[in-house]
Amino acid sequence: MIAEIGLAALWLAAALAGLQLLAGILGMRQGGGEMAALVRPAAAVQALLCALAFGALLLVFARTDLSVALVAQNSHSAKPFVFKLAGAWGNHEGSMLLWVTVMSLAGGLIAAVERRLPERTMRATLAAQAFVGLGFYAFLLFSSNPFERLDPAPVEGLGLNPLLQDLGLAFHPPTLYFGYVGLSVAFSFAVGALLTRQVTPEFARVMRPWVLGAWIFLTLGITAGSYWAYYELGWGGWWFWDPVENASLMPWLAATALLHSASVLAARDALRAWTILLGVVAFSMSMVGTFLVRSGILTSVHAFAVDPERGAFILALLALYVGGALVLFATRAGSIAEGERFSVLSREGALVVNNVALSAILAIVLLGTLYPLLTEAFDVRVSVGPPYFNPVGAIFFVPMLLVLAVGPLLRWRRDRFARVQRPVIAAAVVALAALAGVWLVAGIGLLPLLGMGLAAGLAVASVMPLRGRSLRRLPLAAWGMVVAHFGVAVALFGMAADSAFTTERLVAARVGESAEVGPWRVTLAAVDPVAGPNWTALEGRLLASYRGGAASELDPQARSFWTPPQQTSESALLTRWNGQLYTVLGGEADGGRWQLRLWWKPFVTWIWYGGMLIALGGLLALVGRVAADLKRRTARARGAERRAEAAA
Amino acid sequence: MTAALKPKHQRLVLVVLALVALLGAALLAMWALRNQASYFYVPSDLAASPPEPGQAVRLGGMVEKGSLRIRPDGVTIDFVVEDGEARVPVTFSGIVPDLFVEGSGVVAEGALRPDGTFAASNLLAKHDENYMPRELEDMTEAQKRQAVAETE
Repeated sequence: MIAEIGLAALWLAAALAGLQLLAGILGMRQGGGEMAALVRPAAAVQALLCALAFGALLLVFARTDLSVALVAQNSHSAKPFVFKLAGAWGNHEGSMLLWVTVMSLAGGLIAAVERRLPERTMRATLAAQAFVGLGFYAFLLFSSNPFERLDPAPVEGLGLNPLLQDLGLAFHPPTLYFGYVGLSVAFSFAVGALLTRQVTPEFARVMRPWVLGAWIFLTLGITAGSYWAYYELGWGGWWFWDPVENASLMPWLAATALLHSASVLAARDALRAWTILLGVVAFSMSMVGTFLVRSGILTSVHAFAVDPERGAFILALLALYVGGALVLFATRAGSIAEGERFSVLSREGALVVNNVALSAILAIVLLGTLYPLLTEAFDVRVSVGPPYFNPVGAIFFVPMLLVLAVGPLLRWRRDRFARVQRPVIAAAVVALAALAGVWLVAGIGLLPLLGMGLAAGLAVASVMPLRGRSLRRLPLAAWGMVVAHFGVAVALFGMAADSAFTTERLVAARVGESAEVGPWRVTLAAVDPVAGPNWTALEGRLLASYRGGAASELDPQARSFWTPPQQTSESALLTRWNGQLYTVLGGEADGGRWQLRLWWKPFVTWIWYGGMLIALGGLLALVGRVAADLKRRTARARGAERRAEAAA
Repeated sequence: MTAALKPKHQRLVLVVLALVALLGAALLAMWALRNQASYFYVPSDLAASPPEPGQAVRLGGMVEKGSLRIRPDGVTIDFVVEDGEARVPVTFSGIVPDLFVEGSGVVAEGALRPDGTFAASNLLAKHDENYMPRELEDMTEAQKRQAVAETE
């Protein structure tokens, strides 16, 4: 019964999306009319229906209703409760329902609260949102129905992939989806503004919180995903340039560019057409990401599902939306009036360089991700990894970081170098000193060395905009910028330190034996069998002491799950402020020896601290912007009241 | 200097700048991809036209039965990857994937040594019933038949 209610709600929501699209188009044509009044209510009710459908899916998973095919395939009665719930979106159908739900909630929210844009533009925006939504409803209802029944119901479910039975991962895909969907809202705003030729600073201000929100979620998603891959896969790496990782990085790069160009449009009314184009590109990258992940087209540790029909469907949607939007852009871009001018040496100028560099990196990542598919058409199998991405990406990443250090110090419109000379030279001196210092102490590779120097210089430069300003009066959004840029420096330092100074040890040790790795001495104290709710494991008890200090215990496991049968290695980590000891227990070698893989990774955690700082910066900016908007809105309402009173 | 530019010109300059950078990035990417992409080989390809020693490649095939040896250090293994036509000796140091066993498929990432052995830096084996390296899925029919014959 619950499944049927969910399915009915989904069909109704799809019908409402159709109505919203129709009413939006009519409303835009006639500039009003009775149909137009339906647009906002349709969006709001649609959001409620989708929430109902998703609630129904959560409920059948919570109850492990095995007569629903999706539950039978992805859940198991013996699974811990939280993973039963997470199982609802840890699969293709459920995750697409989550996507649609979040998208309709976003649409409902805009319909309910957004009043700043001209009503015609709003209708066009909501029509675009409904148009995108309809494609995904069709996808769900025709090719991936999450509520399909199984008759007869099986006695037991197949379980959830053990690699996915992890708390962090349970909340990782939704985080990325919030990001993807936030960009769909930016896309709708861009299409709406194009359709009505209303590319104004007000449009940028309305779109910006959505881009910021999406960007925060993407930042958190990428950071969390990287940490997950780091500790769960047991390979000690934190970024593999895996296509699925790239699928989340590409929308982030586009969103970062969009965020900055929207700032230029909002503050200075420049970069109009470029901002619109980025809005389209950012959402395209979300769709490309969804396509890569959901179609299982690429070799990847994450691509669990292989189903060409679904891939073709998403590809068709991608072509329809992105192609359509680009055609619209090509026909309308010429008629968008030129924005304000600016000099090369200005905040705008720096942001243009930042945008171009980000777009170039995006192109490099996109080409590298798609290249294996391209060559496959000619029967040549290749894989593209760090030897391509790292140096080629760095060619644009390094100049971008240099501009990132200088840009925030510049004034809008035009500036003189003499005015910013002192902070820039100070940062450059720090960067060069760090570079020279590291180079003298340790012989490390060029990229890590460059990374260290840039990180040091950037850390100094990023706080320079605070210079000479009243810290208490500084707007929250400016704090956000400083924190996020400082976070980039922190993350960069972590990356450089990890790749330069990691030490690894691989040993076969008997119980009681020790091994040294970096400043650590690790002793294998015992290997014991342990059991969990749906797995058994061998657990190693390791005693690790840092520079001869007191020993701490680590318990890495080699786990065997039985539903479905699979083995995973659970690494054990010991975190200090200056790095992490990473331990993995392998198999039994021979004669009572156990394989141990040990890493000492100096400052590796700074990568994720940096990622969190970047997200925090985004959050500060978002709160600051939204609070300022609300204040302006109440002030305007009060003004209107006063005028009405005066008139009466 | 830019103040002298007319609005139309500034837009043009920006567009040209962006296009040049993007084209540059794309050309650079294509050039680098040709050099840095790691090609996939099966043992018979590797025997027929070996890559440069040290060049990063991926080698896929079946782990020959009875070929797996663990060295005295307990963490380095030697084994042979074959596809029915050619055999390539492989060494690997590390913790092997759980489903890495003799007679089943494997993809080894690494490089050829001058002496003709393959030094693997990473091994990918069939992960579970839902995931296996794509190359293993796409082996020729003959290879598949053989793989099935060997695993049964």
